[in-house]
Amino acid sequence: MESVTKRYPDGTVAVDRLSLEIPDRSITVLVGPSGCGKTTTLRMINRMVEPSEGTILLDGADIQQQPVTTLRRSMGYVIQNAGLFQHRTILDNIATVPRMLGWGKHKSRARAAELMERVGLDASLGKRYPYQLSGGQQQRVGVARALAADPPVLLMDEPFSAVDPVVRKGLQDELLRIQEELGKTIVFVTHDIDEAMKLGTRVAVMRTGGRLAQFAPPAELLSDPADAFVEDFLGADRGIRRLSFFPSAGLELTTGPVVPADAGAERIAASDAPYVLVTDAAGRPLGWSDPRDLTAGDITPEGLLPYGRPFVPGTDSLRAALDCAVLSPTGWAVAVDTDGRVVGVASQAAIGEAIRDAHAAGRADDARVAP
Amino acid sequence: MNGFFDIPSDLQHSWWGLIGLHLREALLPVLAGLLLALPLAQLCVRVRWLYPPVLGLTTVLYAVPSLAFFVVLIDYTGQTELTVMIPLAVYSLVVLVPAIVDGVRSVPEETLAAAKAMGFGPVRRYVQVQLPIAVPAILAGLRVATVSSISLVSVGTLIGNQGALGNLLADAQKYDRPELAVNSVITTAVLAVLCDAALVLARNLLTPWMPRGTRTRPRRAGRRELPEAEKAAR
Repeated sequence: MESVTKRYPDGTVAVDRLSLEIPDRSITVLVGPSGCGKTTTLRMINRMVEPSEGTILLDGADIQQQPVTTLRRSMGYVIQNAGLFQHRTILDNIATVPRMLGWGKHKSRARAAELMERVGLDASLGKRYPYQLSGGQQQRVGVARALAADPPVLLMDEPFSAVDPVVRKGLQDELLRIQEELGKTIVFVTHDIDEAMKLGTRVAVMRTGGRLAQFAPPAELLSDPADAFVEDFLGADRGIRRLSFFPSAGLELTTGPVVPADAGAERIAASDAPYVLVTDAAGRPLGWSDPRDLTAGDITPEGLLPYGRPFVPGTDSLRAALDCAVLSPTGWAVAVDTDGRVVGVASQAAIGEAIRDAHAAGRADDARVAP
Repeated sequence: MNGFFDIPSDLQHSWWGLIGLHLREALLPVLAGLLLALPLAQLCVRVRWLYPPVLGLTTVLYAVPSLAFFVVLIDYTGQTELTVMIPLAVYSLVVLVPAIVDGVRSVPEETLAAAKAMGFGPVRRYVQVQLPIAVPAILAGLRVATVSSISLVSVGTLIGNQGALGNLLADAQKYDRPELAVNSVITTAVLAVLCDAALVLARNLLTPWMPRGTRTRPRRAGRRELPEAEKAAR
């Protein structure tokens, strides 16, 4: 997008000289407060809104040069509440664009069935009508419909805003999974900064008046907000959020306080920690205990303090590790492998150390990048 | 009941013949009204400011007594069925135009946006999205228009026995045979109920996509009472 402006006849400027280069095969999120022109920007890409000034190029060609219906059929579009055709079955809804492109009934239906599976919908829902589906299912149909003709570009306008948080998280994970498989060029509009950070390869923060405040990968937004507006928009817990982008692999773990349930008294006495983590025979965590209680004799699961939610080093971020430590009654985070076996524990102090190291590494990177 | 179905020969029809005539005189105008109302309503949807004057005009036409219509029309179309049917077609507009406009406007904004974004042109959008979704509202309007039309055909009696079943009312007086009046009223009412039921069936077949139990009820015209229609419907 090159210096695109949308001015309405009454003089309101919805988008002001916006220039954006949207990278191929990745998710670009437009985020900002309501009225910042993010939806208008999205709609200019498929010409639902015509820009007043500036040009939008798709693969180097001006989008004005092809017929508007052809352009739109080459772009998937997903909106809030899905906007399904209530008078058509789920299969027919998904098959809409292929049918328009003249694929033929049989091929379109087969494609629709394939997509239902891809977005995690049961094939038995195909003959149903939209009113018979839950909000989350309808939204999945919306995504499937947008993908039906295999368009290179997918435009998504607050698609997950109207569903509850649990369903939303499921849909976001699903989108990331589908994106990994298909590698579309996705432009995603949201007002939810968490959603933007989670989904975006790059995030464009827009401010009221339709101006671009910053366009950067999420980690960079968090570490180097361009100005007070971006910083404010990211929220007060920017520092904590940034930890999501630091891996927990380098975190120093200790196995000192970890003891199997059938360990002898001397093994327990050997760990001088104020608390020990008791594991079962397979090495899965059971709970925390005061070593003096353990030495006294039999261990009952009821007598143990809950160990909270463990994290997986390497997979989870430092944010997850810190969260475990904060939630843990002993202040120690439990690290497990992917099979749920304890690999060690980390104190809050150790996590703090890892955070400091990560920051230092980040600064070193910056120093190297800067000339 | 002696002579209940014994139709006086001046009507030139059997009881069944009168029913056929009545249905033709009642339903053809509704069909014509629908064909007229569809483009008119679409015009009102596209050109917003046109809707209030169009609505006003149909209401004024509805307020014109049928007798006045006949007086004017008789010079052109004579004492024929057509003279009865033209006012009925005009009357049906007062119900059908707002029903279609409301129906088309009831299509959710995001559905239209989605259709547009998928590359539906305006014509395709109207035929494949707006009209099908407006079907329940249109059929609700058709139910009121049909029942009302069936009861109004009777006034055709006034212009040379063009009132089909309504003619029986005049004959009941003329020949002092009250059973003919009872026949007229009951037959008309049964016809109205059957036609209404047929439309409900048609709607159910056309809209398998409607949630059960929330189907729209027929809209009453609301502007003027329809005593004849009400009576016929019961």
